[in-house]
Amino acid sequence: MAASVLRLIYPGRRWALAWIDGGSRQRSGTQTGPASNWARGQSSVAQLSLHTAQKPRKGEHKWAAVVGLEIHVQISSNSKLFSGAQVCFAAPPNSLVSFFDASLPGTLPVLNRRCVEAAVMTGLALNCHINKKSSFDRKHYFYADLPAGYQITQQRLPIAANGHLTYSVYMGKKRSQMATKTVRIKQIQLEQDSGKSLHDDLRSQTLIDLNRAGVGLLEVVLEPDLCCGEEAAIAVRELQMILQALGTSQANMAEGQLRVDANISVHHPGEPLGVRTEVKNLNSLRFLAKAIDYEIQRQITELESGGEILNETRSFDYKLGCTVPMRDKEGKQDYRFMPEPNLPPLVLYDATSLPADADSQQVVNIDELRDMLPELPSTTRERLVEQYGILPEHSFTLLNEVGLLEFFQSVIKETRAEPKKVTNWVLNTLLYYLKQQNLAVSESPVTPAALAELLDLLDSKAISSSAAKQVFEELWKGDGKTAAQIVSEQQLELMQDREALEQLCQATMDSHPQVVMDVRNRNPKAINKLIGLVRRASLSRADPTLIKEILEKKLSL
Amino acid sequence: MLGRTLREVSAALKQGQVTPTELCKKCLSLIKKTKYLNAYITVSEEVALKQAEESEKRYQQGQSLGDLDGIPVAVKDNFSTSGIETTCASNMLKGYIPPYNATVVQKLLDQGALLMGKTNLDEFAMGSGSTDGVFGPVKNPWSYSKQYRERRRHDEHGDSHWLITGGSSGGSAAAVAAFTCFAALGSDTGGSTRNPAAHCGLVGFKPSYGLVSRHGLIPLVNSMDVPGIFTRCVDDTAIVLGVLAGHDPKDSTTVQDPIKPLMIPGEMDVSRLCIGIPKEYMVPELSSEIQSLWSQAADLFASEGAKVIEVSLPHTCYSIVCYHVLCTSEVASNMARFDGLQYGHRSGIDVSTEAMYAATRQEGFNDVVRGRILSGNFFLLKENYENYFIKAQKVRRLIVRDFVNAFESGVDVLLTPTTLSEAVPYLEFIKEDNRTRSAQDDIFTQAVNMAGLPAVSVPVALSNQGLPIGLQLIGRAFCDQQLLTVAKWFEKQVQFPIIQLQDLMDDGSLVLENGKLTSVSLT
Repeated sequence: MAASVLRLIYPGRRWALAWIDGGSRQRSGTQTGPASNWARGQSSVAQLSLHTAQKPRKGEHKWAAVVGLEIHVQISSNSKLFSGAQVCFAAPPNSLVSFFDASLPGTLPVLNRRCVEAAVMTGLALNCHINKKSSFDRKHYFYADLPAGYQITQQRLPIAANGHLTYSVYMGKKRSQMATKTVRIKQIQLEQDSGKSLHDDLRSQTLIDLNRAGVGLLEVVLEPDLCCGEEAAIAVRELQMILQALGTSQANMAEGQLRVDANISVHHPGEPLGVRTEVKNLNSLRFLAKAIDYEIQRQITELESGGEILNETRSFDYKLGCTVPMRDKEGKQDYRFMPEPNLPPLVLYDATSLPADADSQQVVNIDELRDMLPELPSTTRERLVEQYGILPEHSFTLLNEVGLLEFFQSVIKETRAEPKKVTNWVLNTLLYYLKQQNLAVSESPVTPAALAELLDLLDSKAISSSAAKQVFEELWKGDGKTAAQIVSEQQLELMQDREALEQLCQATMDSHPQVVMDVRNRNPKAINKLIGLVRRASLSRADPTLIKEILEKKLSL
Repeated sequence: MLGRTLREVSAALKQGQVTPTELCKKCLSLIKKTKYLNAYITVSEEVALKQAEESEKRYQQGQSLGDLDGIPVAVKDNFSTSGIETTCASNMLKGYIPPYNATVVQKLLDQGALLMGKTNLDEFAMGSGSTDGVFGPVKNPWSYSKQYRERRRHDEHGDSHWLITGGSSGGSAAAVAAFTCFAALGSDTGGSTRNPAAHCGLVGFKPSYGLVSRHGLIPLVNSMDVPGIFTRCVDDTAIVLGVLAGHDPKDSTTVQDPIKPLMIPGEMDVSRLCIGIPKEYMVPELSSEIQSLWSQAADLFASEGAKVIEVSLPHTCYSIVCYHVLCTSEVASNMARFDGLQYGHRSGIDVSTEAMYAATRQEGFNDVVRGRILSGNFFLLKENYENYFIKAQKVRRLIVRDFVNAFESGVDVLLTPTTLSEAVPYLEFIKEDNRTRSAQDDIFTQAVNMAGLPAVSVPVALSNQGLPIGLQLIGRAFCDQQLLTVAKWFEKQVQFPIIQLQDLMDDGSLVLENGKLTSVSLT
């Protein structure tokens, strides 16, 4: 399985990462209000710059950072993990709360089959061993948005373990040198989400919304195989795409469907690992990368100045761009784990262990789910390279931007133009315009059909490629005109009349004798200048290849 | 009419000898007269009368819902009842009105039963006397029986020697014993149904774990709790169990297999039975009277041709300490939800959320509950978990194995005492603290909960003091029907006398058709 693209970081060097806001960009159409603006605010910086934390100075030991992630993924399901209450983002507060979610005395958990299937599918996609028998535990702590005083999770025996996630990084300066890296997955556990607390400092009140309480989560625990923020962001992005391909989570970070806690430490290679800190609740890929790199640098600075690192929980202040200790996480927490007595062990079956008389509604069959797995991003990318002959790095970009692949495929379906041409237009022109205005692919004013029509005009040589750029710009304005209409209104058709073009060439030659002289004197650049002059005279409607041919003939080159 | 068994009164309803409303009103009137027993925390008079009215209509239209239609029942106040206050006898839940019915309550109502009220208990069912709830102790109706009073004639009269009911479901036991209803639900975690049943001369049944839904039962120890049934005879228990048993989609620990209709045959061939007598249950603290009744009961089975053998349950002595760790750990966890935020008591102290939690829980729980929460949290600490919780779980496994071994050796039913002694006076009882009492009183009943087995306490005879004594029968897991069949046969042999409460109900409202004190066959 291959994955996102990482450019390895060089000290002091800045990199523009066009892909990085793909995650926070994705949002549902129903979202309105401040949250939406906030989400947009997060994705507004399309360019991400990172500094490495591992800059070795002369005469000093090199520092190495060790980063492990705990990723909480909200399962995409109609109802909650242990209750029948609906799952829906941005519903009115406390409108989706069952008696169990509110922890009314005497209520009991009933496991949601869909969540189990989502966990198994995710485990399979991440190459995990699926435990045929797993169990649930209670993790205790008092918090206002945790009504039972404990969270039901899978501490001792999780549903899946020992997997790995593969992602791709760019080596060196050239984009074509890619390397595959792997991060091990320790385990995937099913657990409940908590509610939300809203602190009203003005009235010193805390308001509780239990809509999220009890929503099914997959906690994906990665081994500390990562070395910097950017790598972490790439691994998470790959995970996000896998989850979206599986449909097991919408994995929208802006809506909190994918949240990351990062465990970070630094040490000198060959020496024992350093004391780690945990940075909690990172809710965009950009902040994830920034927070990790900030924290690595902070720890190095602290250690180099003779200080020590405390084993503490920190949060990322995205306004200040730094991590700060979390006050309410001070003091040692003992979660007093114990087995959840109200849920029998979760038993899964495969083709060999499935009892003959099993009710298919009552059992989860691992083999059946494996057969149902959709195409995963790595396979999709391989297919794109094979099917359309595009470059591997282009396949990454197509998948990284939400909706871009679908856009691309729609254009391909409707146009006669070559896939490479389509790739070029989609990845360069369209994506450039989208980035410029910070729009999602779904918000593009140019539809796949419009682009396909434009590319057809280009393909049939009805317009020049520079005219095509002009048409695209017009289409982008989105006033409902088709490419053909724009071409005819603005008279952008290529001059098909060879005679007229010959006259134009002659006229240009006549009025620029010096340039003609230069050409004759074998100045290689001069012919291009002449071509440019003819094109300008043709209002860009002439095919440069044809102009060149005519000029060369006339100049008897 | 009130002295009849459930089955008898059900027949009377069907034959029109009495209407549900008449029955309901008689029970309500008796509840008022016996108010001093403190059996009920809430009397749901209006609800009951309305239910009676509806039941009456069904009878008039010949559309009775079955044996329970129009039958007054009571429910321990740790079962959630929709629209009716459910307190667990705790300040924490005073005023808490649940929005839903426990599955067992709903099943009773669906069969047309009349809910007379919610019965008293030890706070959150933590106790063995029904003396430790915020609404005060429950008084054993036998304190006022002719049988007991006659034998205490030399003593001064007055109320100071009233007896405890046992617990923690003492309110339900008192309610049935005092004829204010025909069946009641209790809960049984370590003996909380069987113990008061024995002290109040009732049949007290603890079903197999997983046979009856716990949804809506406010938990003590989830892995041991079961709803219990109090009735005046085994047949009545079978009727109620038949209604309650079965898978509940809301309780994942209930069995999936469909439950066959419960059939308790009138006759049984005892000669094919093998009765086990656990030798470890012969403890020095056991009263000689009970010990003697126990051995007479064994002889009774033997005399009818049953094979009676001594068996060993070697880990019995670890049961109480093991229970203490597991119970308090689950209590610590289960009680975490009572933080004053969403329901129940909330302290006025609001300097911080943490201060509010602390004050709420301090004010809301009694010492017993707080003590168990404290111990439980101690056992669950990371550094203690292996040494306490894990060990206790291992011991529990050994205790379960003991029973499995006994049953695998061919034993059908185990015969044991239910309690160490008959009911003691309240003043005697409170000399020891709740923890000591619970440890002593659960000795014969508690291991059964560890193993999830069905068990029933059957009233056998009156003691020299005129107080009821029960013996316990323990069956194989999910062999509840076989167990009740044996219990019914046993009940028939012993002919336990009916409580005589004439003094209590001097207006003659209580007509005891079954008549007088019959001779006690075992003594």
